[in-house]
Amino acid sequence: MRLENHAGLDHQPLVEIKHLKKYFTIKGGGVFKREKKEIKAVDDVSFQIFKGETLGLVGESGCGKSTLGRNLLRLQEPTAGEVLFHGENILQYKKKQLRDLRNKMQIIYQDPFGSLNPRFTIGQIIGEMFAIHGTAKGKEKEQRIKELLALVGLDSSRYNSYPHEFSGGQRQRVGIARALALQPEFVVADEPVSALDVSVQSQIINLLMKLKEDLGLTLLFIAHGLNVVRHISDRVGVMYLGRMVELSETDNIFDHPAHPYTAALLTTIPDANPNAKKERIVLKGEVPSPAAPPSGCSFRTRCPLATERCAKEVPKLQEIRSGHFVSCHYPLEKGQSLRDAIV
Amino acid sequence: MEKILEVKELVTGYKGKTGFLKAVDGVSFDIEKGETVCIVGESGSGKSVTSMSIMRLVDYENGKILSGSIRFEQEELTDKSSDEMRHIRGSKISMIFQEPLTALNPVFTVGKQITEAILLHQSITKKKAMERAEELLRLVGLSDPKTRLKQFPHELSGGMRQRVMIAIALASNPELLIADEPTTALDVTIEAQILELLRTIREQRNMSIMLITHDIGVAAEMAHRIIIMYAGKIVEIGKTNDILQRPYHPYSKGLMESVPKMDGQRGVPLQSIDGTIPSLHEMPSGCRFSPRCPLATDKCRGEAPQLERKGDRQVACWHVDKLLQQEDKTQVKEGI
Repeated sequence: MRLENHAGLDHQPLVEIKHLKKYFTIKGGGVFKREKKEIKAVDDVSFQIFKGETLGLVGESGCGKSTLGRNLLRLQEPTAGEVLFHGENILQYKKKQLRDLRNKMQIIYQDPFGSLNPRFTIGQIIGEMFAIHGTAKGKEKEQRIKELLALVGLDSSRYNSYPHEFSGGQRQRVGIARALALQPEFVVADEPVSALDVSVQSQIINLLMKLKEDLGLTLLFIAHGLNVVRHISDRVGVMYLGRMVELSETDNIFDHPAHPYTAALLTTIPDANPNAKKERIVLKGEVPSPAAPPSGCSFRTRCPLATERCAKEVPKLQEIRSGHFVSCHYPLEKGQSLRDAIV
Repeated sequence: MEKILEVKELVTGYKGKTGFLKAVDGVSFDIEKGETVCIVGESGSGKSVTSMSIMRLVDYENGKILSGSIRFEQEELTDKSSDEMRHIRGSKISMIFQEPLTALNPVFTVGKQITEAILLHQSITKKKAMERAEELLRLVGLSDPKTRLKQFPHELSGGMRQRVMIAIALASNPELLIADEPTTALDVTIEAQILELLRTIREQRNMSIMLITHDIGVAAEMAHRIIIMYAGKIVEIGKTNDILQRPYHPYSKGLMESVPKMDGQRGVPLQSIDGTIPSLHEMPSGCRFSPRCPLATDKCRGEAPQLERKGDRQVACWHVDKLLQQEDKTQVKEGI
């Protein structure tokens, strides 16, 4: 059923990201600490998110995946680029327009402890959404909140409970209810299950999948757990040091990765399947500092396939096969393993 | 095989308003020489408290070993004085932690911290100790060890800090290394490096490793045997492949099934365990997993099952025989 649905996915972009950049400046260099350095947290990223899909975004810490998520909701102001939502550039929106936009775009955070105000009851936390956007009041508001609690699998009698009375998984459910309160079309889920225990994690993944299906949401699912991303996503994007290095349909990316980074990453995930005897390719070194990225391809310092060309030329994200985008001068052929390519 | 560590009926509690709250309640297991044993469990399962008890570090955080025995190389650790314990810690048993930044002292250089560990247990000159420190840093795969010795922890990345921690832990050639979630705070590619390092070191030195993790994937890659804990008790012990392929205990089973597999079917609802982990204050009576268990009966709710040996496996469940029978039946079916 899932596959059918996926095949029938009309490739209408809901969100289009064009040359998005987010640079942070830090002071610190030089004798008087006057030198300014630029950190390119997101560096010229372009891609589309289709209506009704779950796009998974993976990468190691510091790769810019969360920054990207926050920037395309304008929770942070991008340095340059465009974000089109329904074809309109939301980066040009003024305050009022932006507030209306928040009805349609929402975010779920990683930390269910830090993202809920401890002095507010659950009813107040979710109710705040209606108060700000003035969509429901009084009895109607209470009714809506109770419906939302039921929707995310919480007892509606806990309307007056405080966050500390809930477990981590339950708090994440509250976070989800809050994000869904205004019936958004597009939700960014930023590491929504990373802080949860395994047995609770699967409950939340199931809930997100069900809600996405029932409510017809479009989801940007940011995570570092590749098994979780594989399970939930229709397509997956891989980021490295501020850039998108590969983007394709989930099965394709896991079965035929074309970027050496993705290919190496896939061999290193600890998998609980004892029958999966895989050839591990452990990447040497660490992710370089984003304040001093390597010239050319940012992955070249750790890449087993790197040549002189990689040091000089920044590879562009190109469509090498239908729907399969890669930024690499030497992408792997379909069916070719990284080990084969190295030899 | 020679048993290096034997834990019997260990009970460890933390002081609460109404007496001791038992975070570990009657835990028994052993570790052989050269073996890697992984303790897998979710938060509150008591896996970390078990390791802190073996190191006798619970004494320093308001905790107490209430009963049971911990024998390390035939010596009882529970009645050692804190001076004696200090000598064993860091010489025969070493430990590495999840967050290497907090475990390292920010005001001393890496070199100072490693040599301190060496000089504490060996009577050699400072110069010799420094040479040894350099050798250790090379062993754990840090580039340019001479420079690293002069650096402070904040100048290193998370992965490098964990390597320094491992170097300190190895300084005294320990027999047993306890690693408490050593890769949880690290990225996947760095995690792979550290796990590979631990594997190599274990093989080179025939050292035993007790690895504590919440990630079954990590246990699958590292362990000879896996111990699964839930709410302060061991629910199952077995060889890694046995546990992964045919978990007997309903909790082990639920835990395995709730993790998305890399070759599993995508998009379908994952198996999950209903409810949440009980807190120390409100432990269920009888089997602690019974409120979340699909097989729970009145007997389960009334009386706690003991860890029982079934061939290579040890399981704590009243329904173990029934589960084994079902297991046999499915095996026969598969055979046909």
